[in-house]
Order: sequence, then structure tokens, then C-alpha cells
Amino acid sequence: MTSLDLAFAAAGAVTLAAAVLAVTTRHLVHSALWLVLSLGGLAGCYLVLGAELVALVQVLVYVGAVVVLVIFALMLTRAPIGPSPEHTTSRLHRALAALLGGGVTALLLAVLVPLAGREAVARTPVVSAVIAGDLFATWVWPFEALSLLLLLALIGAFSVARLTGGRAQGES
Amino acid sequence: MIHLLLPYAVAAALVGIGTYGVLARRNAVLVLIGIELMLAGAGLLLVTAGAVGGDRWQAGNVLTLFIITIAAAEVVLALAVIVAVFRRRDNIDISITTALPASAPAAAETGDPR
Repeated sequence: MTSLDLAFAAAGAVTLAAAVLAVTTRHLVHSALWLVLSLGGLAGCYLVLGAELVALVQVLVYVGAVVVLVIFALMLTRAPIGPSPEHTTSRLHRALAALLGGGVTALLLAVLVPLAGREAVARTPVVSAVIAGDLFATWVWPFEALSLLLLLALIGAFSVARLTGGRAQGES
Repeated sequence: MIHLLLPYAVAAALVGIGTYGVLARRNAVLVLIGIELMLAGAGLLLVTAGAVGGDRWQAGNVLTLFIITIAAAEVVLALAVIVAVFRRRDNIDISITTALPASAPAAAETGDPR
């Protein structure tokens, strides 16, 4: 065990514990808040792995924007504050889902564990300047396509929300 | 120096937890949270692969940034659809399908919304 292993174990434990709570809690709003902790812990994992820029973007975009959007959606759909038993599934359903989730994990572990090897490897921290250089040289066209995708998502979300609003007014 | 087993195990567990969240939840927003966790697992795997070197164009880091961006766009659209469905059906329980056929003739009457 190296010190990086210990740091990663701490961040990973926070991530996994918060993720489990996010998918099992009965409070809708708590679920979104546990997601914040899980994604924040994941940013810590990225930091330990030496990817500073990705960690910062993770905090900015996920914790800052995506979770706020999720909480907004919960508010707009009038999520109850307390536990909401009407949204829980049956015990059998949850057991089957856990079985499938565990199966997916086992399948991935069966592939990844042989890849991991037994000995520790040297971590290569990535400087943000290097990422920036590659992003605007090798990856520049995917990057531009991504900006187009964001624009389309913006227009799409706006039109979906607006059109149905108009229809709902027309119906009533 | 770092052992790769731990990051791989965390990534695999995140994908499994996300799968459970997608399958076991009935609220559409909570299903979306499960999808976010699966994407997080994929990102962790990419960053781990990039961190051990041999990464000529920083693909691990750059592709994770792309995944985060695409996930943001996906969340925006999914939440817009969820809010639209909520306006129509007054709930976002994905196990109830009876409201959809009832609203389909209304959409046909309105015709092309544009």
C-alpha cells in the first residue's frame, strides 16, 4: 500500500458509499444531495490519479451545474420533502435490480482485475498546459463538434419545454 | 506509485450501482441519477487508463472532459423531457404507462405544433 493508494481508498470509499445512498434513499431530495457527495468524491479520485483539470471540471460542471439542474427538476415535478413510499418498487424488483447491478460489477471486475496486475505503477500527473495543447491540436474537431452539440442541446431543451407548455395552454 | 486494482474496482462498482439505480427506481429523475453514476464510472476508468502513462494525446483526460460535457447536454435534454412529461401526465412515474395513450389523440388534434 502506498500513500496514493490510501488517498484513493479514502476518496473511493466516500464515492461508493454516497453512490449507494443516492440510489437507495427514499427521500428524493436526499438522493440528489448524495449524488453531490458521490461526484465530489469522484473529483477527489481524479485528483489522486493526477488529473487536476478533469477534477476541476468535474466539480464545476457536475456538482455546480448538473446537480443543480436535477434539484430544479425535482422541484418542478413537485417532489415531496419527506420519504416518498409511492415511488419505491417492490422488494422482488429491487432484489432483481441488485442482482443485475452486482452481475454488471462482477463482469467488469472479471475483465479489469487481470488488467490491473499486482505491482504498483508510476502515476504520471498531467499538466493542464499539456491537455490544453492536445485539446486544441489533436482534438480540435471533436471539441468544435461538442460546442455544436451543446448549442443543439440548448435549443432542443428550450423547444421541448416551450412547445409542450404551449400545447398544455391550448388544451386547458 | 499506485495500484491499479483500486481505481478499476471503484469504476466497476460505480457502474453496477448506477445499473441498480436505473433498474430499481420509478421516479424518472432518480433513473437519471443512476445514469450519471454509470457515466462517472466510465470517466474514472478513462482517467485511470490515462494516468498510467503511454497516453500520447492525453486521450484519457480529454475524453473524460468530453464525457462530462456530453453528460451535461444529455441531462439538460432529459430534464426538459421529464418536465414536459410532468406537465402532461402530472407525474413522472416511469412504471405508469396508461396516461400515454390518453394524451396521444390530443397531440393528433393539435397537429403539427409548429
